[in-house]
Amino acid sequence: MNGAMQLLGVAKSYGEGAARRPVLEGLDLDIPAGRLTVIIGPSGCGKSTLVRLLAGFERPTRGSVTLDGRPVGGADRRRLVVFQESALFPWMNVADNVAYGPRARGVRPQGWRPQAAALLERVGLRAFAGRYPSQLSGGMQRRAELARALVNEPEVMILDEPFRGLDAMTRELMHAYYADLFEETRRTQCFVTTDIDEAVFLADRLVVMSHAPMRVREVIEVDLPRPRRAADVLASDRANDIKMRALTLLHEEAMRAFAGGSRAAGDFLAAYARRRAPAVPTPETRA
Amino acid sequence: MNLLADPRTRATRRALVSLVAFALLWELGARSKAWFGVAVPWVGHVPPPSAVLAAWVRLLGDPGYWQSWVASLLRVLAGFTAAMAVGIPLGLLLAMNRVCRMIFFPVLELLRPIPPLAWVPAAILFWPTQELSIAFVTFVGAFFTIVLNVVGGAGAIDVRYFQAARAMGATGWNVFRRVVLPATVPAIVVGAAVGMGITWEVVVAAEMISGGGSSGATGGGMGFFIWNSYIGGAYEQIVVGMISIGIAGYACSEALRRLGARVTPWLVRA
Repeated sequence: MNGAMQLLGVAKSYGEGAARRPVLEGLDLDIPAGRLTVIIGPSGCGKSTLVRLLAGFERPTRGSVTLDGRPVGGADRRRLVVFQESALFPWMNVADNVAYGPRARGVRPQGWRPQAAALLERVGLRAFAGRYPSQLSGGMQRRAELARALVNEPEVMILDEPFRGLDAMTRELMHAYYADLFEETRRTQCFVTTDIDEAVFLADRLVVMSHAPMRVREVIEVDLPRPRRAADVLASDRANDIKMRALTLLHEEAMRAFAGGSRAAGDFLAAYARRRAPAVPTPETRA
Repeated sequence: MNLLADPRTRATRRALVSLVAFALLWELGARSKAWFGVAVPWVGHVPPPSAVLAAWVRLLGDPGYWQSWVASLLRVLAGFTAAMAVGIPLGLLLAMNRVCRMIFFPVLELLRPIPPLAWVPAAILFWPTQELSIAFVTFVGAFFTIVLNVVGGAGAIDVRYFQAARAMGATGWNVFRRVVLPATVPAIVVGAAVGMGITWEVVVAAEMISGGGSSGATGGGMGFFIWNSYIGGAYEQIVVGMISIGIAGYACSEALRRLGARVTPWLVRA
């Protein structure tokens, strides 16, 4: 089966010299073929950078990103991203958005029309094919975007918090839609989120990331049966155990991030006191 | 009571009331010396709207008035069309190409602050005909606004659109035609609307300064019409000319707004 991605010793930093800002360092990560890998981590840990590297929008500073053993070059349709907020083209109606990829590659209409129609039907947007994205609800926009990506038959789908900003009800519906789509196609999925319930409901593998530098803290196999239903997952002890385990790890990471911040502040204060020590003894230096 | 009253009717009613009240106050102010023996400053020197209306009705039968209108409109359209034709491609080029931006932008930024009217003497010198000079000044008025709007619009395109398009296999020309161009259209429409307003301001002043066209008084346009009325002491005609320009500018802006709405059907409008 195709569509296995691997990151080895990946580092990514932005800026040069003094302004250099490392985001990733020594990251090893496996995204196995045909499985739904969910990446979860504290906010600001570098997940969006990871998405850009997987998609090929950016190159790693060091290390390798490979798809089925071949290094990832630029962006291409074997790895497609569903973005955080809708990135549908606002000036095209839903049908044109979905047809964009094949048309841009010069595929003949008979090569994509049937699939595009079937996908629109599948995500429940057939009646909305002529609408512009601005005329759709948030949930419909996300479904249209899933269809726009799927029509290109990517080997890997990369989803960067795709359901953020939707209301709880719509979110739950989107989870069901998305899980169904995955179970039908079994394409490799890399789903990035900060929502633990979403993560446990969707994942085959739950990868908990650590904070600064972002590394794999732990991989949890989510061995809940598929197809899943929200009610079953809520009632499942196994799901709860997984959720508690992941939450504990995430809490630790969040605390580490917090402590990291205050340690830096503490160092700064200490250095400041030392600088003043020779001239005026401060209470700290006297004590 | 109908709570969903047509806002258009209500808005229209209010607009009418406001216009009538304005005309009444103006009439009172202009005639207060004759009627009450007290001159209202400023307004007292302006012909009353009834006299303006009478002059206007007279002018409606005068082909010279209509020729002035047509002359100004043609100059506006010529300058505006040229500004769009040069400004849109240049703006896109500047937005898309960093080297071009570095080369052209300093020159553009140096020329931009020069008021269009400061170009009048130079334009008269280096264009062979009066007509071309005025059209050129009109062009200058709209050009910079259009270029800057296009640069701003094309430069602010969400990077995710490019990422998505390229990832789906689109190449340069397709990305330009199907992403960059439509994404810039709203900014082009805004630039065009603002630019159109400026061309009317500029054309009138240019006509006044240059003394109309080569085809004599009737080909001088609205600006020359106003100036001529001033010289000839026909003060009602000055006001007729002013209001005519207001109407012409409004009509052009409205036409652009409608055209703009047609070419950007995806934008949500209130």
